Amino acid sequence: MPSLKDLRVRIASVKSTQRITSAMKMVAAAKLRRAQDSAEQARPFAERMERMLASVAGSVADGAGAPPLLAGTGKDDTHLIVLVSSDRGLCGGFNTNLARFVRTHTRALIREGKTVKLYCVGRKGFGQLRSEFGENIIEVREDVAKPAPSFPAARDIALELAALYEQGAFDVCTLVYNKFVSVLTQTVTPLQLIPFAIEDSASADDGAAATSEAIYEYEPSEEKILTELLPRNLAVQVYRAILESFASEQASRMTAMDNATRNAGDMIDRLTTNYNRTRQAFITKELIEIISGAEAL
Amino acid sequence: MIEGRVEFELVSPESLLLSEAVEMVVVPGDQGDFGVLPGHAPMISTIRAGVIHVYAGGSVQRRIFVAGGFAEVTPERCTVLAEEAMVVGDMDRGVIEQELRDLSEDADDASDEEELEFTQARLQVARAKLKAIDEPLYQ
Repeated sequence: MPSLKDLRVRIASVKSTQRITSAMKMVAAAKLRRAQDSAEQARPFAERMERMLASVAGSVADGAGAPPLLAGTGKDDTHLIVLVSSDRGLCGGFNTNLARFVRTHTRALIREGKTVKLYCVGRKGFGQLRSEFGENIIEVREDVAKPAPSFPAARDIALELAALYEQGAFDVCTLVYNKFVSVLTQTVTPLQLIPFAIEDSASADDGAAATSEAIYEYEPSEEKILTELLPRNLAVQVYRAILESFASEQASRMTAMDNATRNAGDMIDRLTTNYNRTRQAFITKELIEIISGAEAL
Repeated sequence: MIEGRVEFELVSPESLLLSEAVEMVVVPGDQGDFGVLPGHAPMISTIRAGVIHVYAGGSVQRRIFVAGGFAEVTPERCTVLAEEAMVVGDMDRGVIEQELRDLSEDADDASDEEELEFTQARLQVARAKLKAIDEPLYQ
């Protein structure tokens, strides 16, 4: 049976934890709103880039001159998995889900006899995969989304990926990140970056794009534009993934902290009841002692 | 679409910077400047570092510096994808000159070819910025 003082201390400690979790929830909510805004703002560029790329690639497609970023190296022996995790914890299943996906994916690839390399964006993903795939991790990037996700940071990663690809470090590159579906749901999504997969359906069901399905003139030439466009598209894809991941992280943290705050509240209620009961029992006991003492006289 | 106008859009990775109907835009293409009027033949071009002139009411309304990118032109629309864009009036000569000095030092110190190439490219952008400020406003 804990003493009254013990209970008081417990209640105070849970209360201060609750204060922290509710502050973190508030901060995450504010960051989430900003993250959603910037994700929204980044959409037009990505959409137009995709449209342009589709039309340029379409006209080069069968040509032998397609650059390797589009055509691939012709084999798929070495896979590079880029995982976008967070730098900080306390965000529920955000990093765990991501790491679990990458782990099963990597194991499957290794079973097939492929070589797998891992490129970690964010400290937490690295921490979770280090024990099993320590020697597969070729690079860890930290503080990418600090103070906020920026395009130059994404471009740096894309440039590094392109350079590695040129050196022949890998044949296929897949980006794995948490896609923001809603505040309550974030799904781990793989996206093949290299060789770049163009979605044909995107232009087909888009009415506006269909009307401008005219034959473009290219200046200087299709191949030149394509070689310029592809690395940039890589940067845009990475940027988009980082933005989505950042929004997911904040949403996930917000939900986790909301739960924690509620749990702390329940715990305080329970402890307070317990405290009052103990106190009453104590008073009753004292009264009985006094009364029985008086009766004995 | 408004008759006699072309829809001009300037987009950066971070946001949609500008979207308006204008009379004409002059875009600094890699192969030389080109003007876009309504009904322009569809084309896609790369852009060098330079100034985009936006015309309305017969004169230049806006001058926007871009550090390269792509332009997509259709008969009714001109979309420019730029990684870096700023209004010419907002550019500060002192800052750019400082940048130019730093970069030329970097170019002298560059250890390998790749680094040199990268610095050279940035130097060119900085020079283009200076040129954009000095350029007389032709109407």
